[in-house]
Amino acid sequence: MSGFGNAFSSSIGKKFIMGITGLFLILFLIVHCGINALIFINDGGLTFNVGAHFMATNWIIRAGEIVLFIGLLVHIFQALRLTLQNQKARPVKYAVNDGKANSKWYSRSMGLLGTLLLIFLVVHLKDFWVVSRFTGIPTVDANGHEDLYAVMKEKFQDPVRLAVYILAMFSLCYHLLHGFASAFQTMGWNHSKYNGMIKSVGVWYSIIISILFAAMPIAVYFGLIQ
Amino acid sequence: MSTGNMNLTLKVWRQKNNKTKGALVDYKLTDISPDMSFLEMFDVLNEQLINKGEEPVVFDHDCREGICGMCSMFINGRPHGPKDLVTTCQLHMRSFKDGDTIVVEPWRAAAFPVVKDLTVDRSAFDRIIAAGGFISVNTGNAQDANNLPIPKMQADAAFEAAACIGCGACVATCKNASAMLFVSAKISQLALLPQGQPERYRRVQSMVAQMDAEGFGNCTNTGACEAECPKGISLENIARMNRDFASAKFISEETV
Amino acid sequence: MSDMNSNIPEGELASKWTKYKSSVPLVNPSNKRTIEVIIVGSGLAGASAAATLAEMGYKVKCFCFQDSPRRAHSIAAQGGINAAKNYQNDGDSIYRLFYDTIKGGDYRAREANVHRLAEVSANIIDQCVAQGVPLAREYGGLLDNRSFGGTQVQRTFYAAGQTGQQLLLGAYSALERQIGMGKVEMYTRHEMLEVVKIDGKARGIIARNLITGEIERHFGHAVVLGTGGYGNVFYLSTNAMGSNVTAAWKAHKQGAYFANPCYTQIHPTCIPVSGDHQSKLTLMSESLRNDGRIWVPKKKDDTRKPSEIPEDERDYYLERRYPAFGNLVPRDVASRAAKERCDAGYGVGASKLAVYLDFKANTERYGRIEAAKAGNHNPDKETCMRLGTAVIKEKYGNLFDMYAQITGENPYETPMRIYPAVHYTMGGLWVDYNLMTSVPGLYCTGEANFSDHGANRLGASALMQGLADGYFVLPYTIGAYLSKEISIKAIPTDHPAFVEAEERAVGILNTLINIKGTKSVDHFHKRLGHIMWEKCGMARNEKGLKEAIEEIRALRAEFWSDVRVPGTADELNTELEKAGRVADFIELGELMCIDALNRNESCGGHFREEYQTEEGEALRDDENYAYVAAWEFKEGVNFELHKEELKFENIKVAQRSYK
Ligand SMILES: Cc1cc2nc3c(=O)[nH]c(=O)nc-3n(C[C@H](O)[C@H](O)[C@H](O)COP(=O)(O)OP(=O)(O)OC[C@H]3O[C@@H](n4cnc5c(N)ncnc54)[C@H](O)[C@@H]3O)c2cc1C
Ligand code: SF4
Ligand code: FES
Repeated sequence: MSGFGNAFSSSIGKKFIMGITGLFLILFLIVHCGINALIFINDGGLTFNVGAHFMATNWIIRAGEIVLFIGLLVHIFQALRLTLQNQKARPVKYAVNDGKANSKWYSRSMGLLGTLLLIFLVVHLKDFWVVSRFTGIPTVDANGHEDLYAVMKEKFQDPVRLAVYILAMFSLCYHLLHGFASAFQTMGWNHSKYNGMIKSVGVWYSIIISILFAAMPIAVYFGLIQ
Repeated sequence: MSTGNMNLTLKVWRQKNNKTKGALVDYKLTDISPDMSFLEMFDVLNEQLINKGEEPVVFDHDCREGICGMCSMFINGRPHGPKDLVTTCQLHMRSFKDGDTIVVEPWRAAAFPVVKDLTVDRSAFDRIIAAGGFISVNTGNAQDANNLPIPKMQADAAFEAAACIGCGACVATCKNASAMLFVSAKISQLALLPQGQPERYRRVQSMVAQMDAEGFGNCTNTGACEAECPKGISLENIARMNRDFASAKFISEETV
Repeated sequence: MSDMNSNIPEGELASKWTKYKSSVPLVNPSNKRTIEVIIVGSGLAGASAAATLAEMGYKVKCFCFQDSPRRAHSIAAQGGINAAKNYQNDGDSIYRLFYDTIKGGDYRAREANVHRLAEVSANIIDQCVAQGVPLAREYGGLLDNRSFGGTQVQRTFYAAGQTGQQLLLGAYSALERQIGMGKVEMYTRHEMLEVVKIDGKARGIIARNLITGEIERHFGHAVVLGTGGYGNVFYLSTNAMGSNVTAAWKAHKQGAYFANPCYTQIHPTCIPVSGDHQSKLTLMSESLRNDGRIWVPKKKDDTRKPSEIPEDERDYYLERRYPAFGNLVPRDVASRAAKERCDAGYGVGASKLAVYLDFKANTERYGRIEAAKAGNHNPDKETCMRLGTAVIKEKYGNLFDMYAQITGENPYETPMRIYPAVHYTMGGLWVDYNLMTSVPGLYCTGEANFSDHGANRLGASALMQGLADGYFVLPYTIGAYLSKEISIKAIPTDHPAFVEAEERAVGILNTLINIKGTKSVDHFHKRLGHIMWEKCGMARNEKGLKEAIEEIRALRAEFWSDVRVPGTADELNTELEKAGRVADFIELGELMCIDALNRNESCGGHFREEYQTEEGEALRDDENYAYVAAWEFKEGVNFELHKEELKFENIKVAQRSYK
């Protein structure tokens, strides 16, 4: 470590970790969202199940999954540490603090949004990941693949779950709205000619990803796909 | 003594010293002129207090023209008050309305302990500069000033970063009490100039280390600092500092 | 007539400094480590000296009353700094800067000092640029210059309207570097209250820790005061609220002569007073006169808006009276001309105490140039104004913003209203060529000394002088004294002289607290300011000055019996700080009037109504007053005059003309 000194323990180093893990999660979401979107092919989940099968069996993906979990945990752990430290940096609070005058509410509420996402994640992992990886998917589809699609259709009949998922996607959207551009800022990847582009890509990414994710339970619940 | 017609209620933080607890205290002011500066309004309050035999409110100020960085009031939830790009001393009462209640607090941060009333100790900023916010050139060592041309755009950018007045509003407003905007402004100024290159990567490391040691919080990129900075110091400076820090830690072979 | 020795080295003017510098005794490095120097002040003069002396190896202690050395009032200087670089190839030279400064000072400055200042001016720019001071540049990457009053060359270097800030931050960073290395001990929020003298030499100071109220004793082999100007004696000035004369005045009371106290610079372009509540005045940099034209209506009491007054009904009185220099005449001349117009009833604005500073003509001119650059050779007026406004904004944006902030008017659309205000004090502690006061071992630099500007300072020369003193002059000249002090061990601060000085300081603090009178410190300060402005301001006369002296004496008595200072002395007590400063201002005010009364001539910033030409220009009396008036403090509050004769051997003394 000596050569790197406090590369990761300094305030900027900690931000690097948040940024890098955040960007990694952002990439993951693209893959995740891409595979999920296969349900909109509307072929009774056949293509979707192929994708799911690939994700579940390919060893690179499986290895990636471990990295993903580590990334997620580091992201969460680091966020907690930062939050605690930041609270200590202002022991006496203001009687009046007009945060909305100078910053977006969601950029000030990343911890809250993150916590909501974490709760959602527990539900979500229990719904699908635990099923596919441990308890087992009960049925197979016409191609003989495990029918994760069927699991999904069943879960999303529950209106409470539907509400939880939609709310979570709002949280995700705002979390990303701040997180995307913020990661670039943290990594120092900015340039007056590209800043605008990074910003708008971030906004579109956040909106599209969240809408696509939310569209699935909605589509299933309202029977828009078979 | 004053000539205007505004009546105001002030809620001002009073704290005897850094060992006692403070509290907001209410004061009524009448006949305030809209042409007064915010600090002149405080002068009127203090004159009133002294005449009543009470102790005046202690607050930091000196130049009263927005350049020394000494004035530092957190007004109605915002550092330097409701107007953008002005310091407390440049804020005028025409930015308020008759009948307003104005809450005035000191900067709040662990690294800026309250000294008395609205005055805080910002010496942490000096220590950060002492850790590396300079170019090591002794008097008499300089070559002719025009020997090293500097592209205007770069010189202007360095100047914009150098316009920071060290007031600490960025720290005061940041939900994390982070000093990144202040520190990055100095680092950027010197990183943008050819004269600053030899120490560029040492500087960013030692200044960031000192900043952390002072107990400032960690930046979460809310951008509040940039929005509240009276001198319009840009967030881009923070990005530049981060970039330099990464280069210093992962590319440069020099460790500090 | 002279009874003062200014220790100017022999020889040719142009080679004096070089020769002296190379023959001045040195202190060897190992001795430097044991020699302690106290520097009071962290402005350009103090910070540069502290950093440089520490770099040389001395042990340095530096003091300022603000919470950080970076906040010294040098930070507020706007327009620029002069240097004889001749980068513009317009005929500038060391001699020309020397000549302009002597002439600008109305032939009341010391030739040798001014020449030295001009010689080192170029090094200052080099040093600052090497420190990373971002001075303005042109597209070719080279440094840009602008013009200032009283000169016909462009030799002023600048950083937008924040030159002082940038230069001070440069000096501050050099100082912080030495602090970080442990070579300077910095004492912020400390106010010097006494000089300690042992066997006739300055050996330390008494300072008050402003946070805790503790009184501290500090030893130094030598003491340097770089404590700035005393313009706040007028209450309203462009100085910072805390700017004061206390350090210099306490030194004065310990035997340092005070020179030319009456030379006060009234700056022509400041934002006019808006009401009784006013706590300070804001300068609009002289650089604005590069592009702003000054005028008043030709008709008395004209109440039309400026935009409604046609060209031929405007009186561009500076251009009319001084065609050669026009709007760029020196400050004293411009200020008096504004006062003359307003007194005659041509003033504008609600108070009628203002004139217009109008950027329209030059905005349009710049617009035309910009349009031409873009290929449009026949632009309409609107295009010109739009393009020109952008140019003006880049040059003076921060000043225009400041104006808008304070007045609530938009100066891009309507002309600025300006009026003269107290800005700078040419007088100060008397120093010899080495910058040593009449107390051995006590030095004085920057605005606090009297040395280089004669009766009127040219714009952009104070920054130059402060940095010249601190970077390039004092570090050499102080060696001449310290080289003889190497055998002196640090004197313990329980020495009786320290005890006695501390008692003096504490005595004053306790007295102030215990008066428990009925009126606030500000009350007295305002009254003093009023007397000074009315009777010892832009124009003075014998009768007024005599009255002022009486009024000030009465005010002093009233102050010491009726001032109210709440709180105690062992805590942060801003009223107590102010009280101490105002007490000193009152004594100084009296001396200023005495000095003004003594000087039966008009010169530079000192205008005696009895002594003027038929056209109303200042009338000097070189026969009888070509001397520096250096006042010695005597028991009670009395003053004895000493004279240092000024000899002009390299310049022909003439009636100053800017016509
Ligand atoms: C608004 C304005 C604009 C100006 N613009 C220009 C310009 O464009 N060009 C130009 O050349 N000049 C300009 N000047 C003049 C110039 O800025 C000053 O003359 C110069 O900066 C003075 O520097 P200094 O170091 O002598 O004093 P200052 O910078 O005033 O520093 C005084 C120092 O002494 C300390 N001090 C004072 N008293 C005590 C005490 N009792 N105990 C402890 N510490 C003490 C203070 O804390 C401070 O650190 C301007 C001045 C003003 C006010
Ligand atoms: S960055 Fe802005 S807010 Fe922060 S200290 Fe500098 S001027 Fe003040
Ligand atoms: S008092 Fe100097 S910036 Fe406000």
